[in-house]
Amino acid sequence: MTLACTDLAYGYGARRVGAGVSLAVAPGEVVCLLGPNGGGKTTLFRTLLGLIPPLAGRVSIDGTDLATLPRAAIARRLAYVPQAAPGYFPFSVREVVLMGRAAHLRAFATPSARDRAIADAAIARVGIGRLADAAFTRISGGERQLALIARALAQEAPIIVLDEPTASLDFANQARVVAGIERQAAAGIGILWATHDPDHALQCADRVALVSGGIAGYGPPRAVATAAALSALYGIGVAIEEDAGGARRARAAGDAAPI
Amino acid sequence: MIGARTGALLVWAGAAVALLALVALAFAVGSYPVAPRAVLAIVLAALGGDSHGASADAEAVVLVIRGPRIVAALLVGAGLAVAGAAYQSVLRNPLVSPDILGVSAGAALGALTGIWLGADAWVVQALAFGAGLATVALVFGLAASFRQHDPLLLLVLSGVVVGALAGALIALLKVLADPHNQLPAMTYWLLGSLAAVTPADSLAVAPAIAAGMAVLWLLRWRIDVLSMGDEEARALGVDAGRVRVAALAAATLATAAAVSVCGVIGWVGLVVPHLARLLTGPGSARLMPAAALLGAGFLLAVDTVARGVGTTELPLGVLTALIGTPLFLWILARARRGWQ
Repeated sequence: MTLACTDLAYGYGARRVGAGVSLAVAPGEVVCLLGPNGGGKTTLFRTLLGLIPPLAGRVSIDGTDLATLPRAAIARRLAYVPQAAPGYFPFSVREVVLMGRAAHLRAFATPSARDRAIADAAIARVGIGRLADAAFTRISGGERQLALIARALAQEAPIIVLDEPTASLDFANQARVVAGIERQAAAGIGILWATHDPDHALQCADRVALVSGGIAGYGPPRAVATAAALSALYGIGVAIEEDAGGARRARAAGDAAPI
Repeated sequence: MIGARTGALLVWAGAAVALLALVALAFAVGSYPVAPRAVLAIVLAALGGDSHGASADAEAVVLVIRGPRIVAALLVGAGLAVAGAAYQSVLRNPLVSPDILGVSAGAALGALTGIWLGADAWVVQALAFGAGLATVALVFGLAASFRQHDPLLLLVLSGVVVGALAGALIALLKVLADPHNQLPAMTYWLLGSLAAVTPADSLAVAPAIAAGMAVLWLLRWRIDVLSMGDEEARALGVDAGRVRVAALAAATLATAAAVSVCGVIGWVGLVVPHLARLLTGPGSARLMPAAALLGAGFLLAVDTVARGVGTTELPLGVLTALIGTPLFLWILARARRGWQ
């Protein structure tokens, strides 16, 4: 099960956001997307998920063009954790997580006891059992984010695509989500992860893609996420420090003009 | 201590009993009162029981006048309320009613054209039904012809535009109509009424309303997923466009059938789904049955008031608005937090 794209151009109709993107995610791999705000990470994700058509090139799962697969077939292979919006109607967290089972149900079917058990297990795994009956519209942004991760787990797809999953989380929940992503990868799930924090890429990723109107670099973090490349990507001086244990961290340095 | 499941069953059973009591009251009330016991005897006799022993007048009132009207009120109320709940979920907008895509405006245009041409009552109904469906089909066609935009916004905007066009044509027909007999009939139709419902009418609309509600019931869980947003629903494996078209088509079928027999009745499809959502939450598996029961009860109660108060019958559309407006404001005050 490999999600791959070759020479992909993406955008909306006449507005091309990026081009020339080739990358791949296999089971157990963590691929991080780094890039500035407005660099087109979400648009790239929407194209990789088949939600908008590519402007050129193609996206495939195990060699099959995504455009030829029905939505349910795609969703059984790719789970998506979007940036959390509150939604429109006050469904409970449990109901929202249960919606992750949609791809496994036939057109007129409703969730079975087994589907409910899978959803409850996913809720327990991300540690939001106490919120199961709370309204999804009323919980905090971070709690919503955790609920959407639970929904992706309930979807039982071999590849999970996460769009800034730690953006609205507090310190403890960030650490828990990062640990959870690593655990999923260790369990054989492929992870495609857009993140605002270069440290995630430096510490967790098998490969990094630097995204800014296309791909400015793609490969192992040590080779690609260098201080010079990150400086060019974000337009700010970046230094990379390595501690005694070999963990590397990025730090804004030099000409960081205050806003 | 009773379990949650037993408690819920008791609530549903209570609601059903309340609705039955309302039906019994509706049979008894009116300018020709019939005792509840006589009503029961007449209905049982009509269903193949013994002779009822009541007068022939009472039998006619129960079976020919009130029976079909009560059946129509229940069907139309349930149909409009379930259609409204589906429209609100699928269009992700708590402020829409099932005529946002122009079904009522189109049906009114069809019916008024029939009245203007001096057609028979059944032709007027058929024209209303056909024009209601055709209008929504036109709206779908218009929205689909502009690609690369937000499909939801286009659909609602097309509905508003086509509805406004139908409104202008309706105004034109009212100007052209004979002011002595056609114009009153048109005005009456536009305000909604169940006064003229015949036994054949309630039989004719029942299949369309039942079919529309049945399809919505089958789609109930997909509709919930769709109400999270198109892109999320698609990422979860639901073909958002197809589910929306199916749900809107089914809801429109029920609405067009309802409007064709009783004219335009506003508010039921807007207010009742909110009331139901307040009681059951947004999940369609409980929302739809609750909306059906409440809608049926609401319209039957309003229609019973319409024919039981005063010497002339009040138009239904006026009464539903008089009751619906304060009710809607009360719901807004209570439920606002839940929506966002």
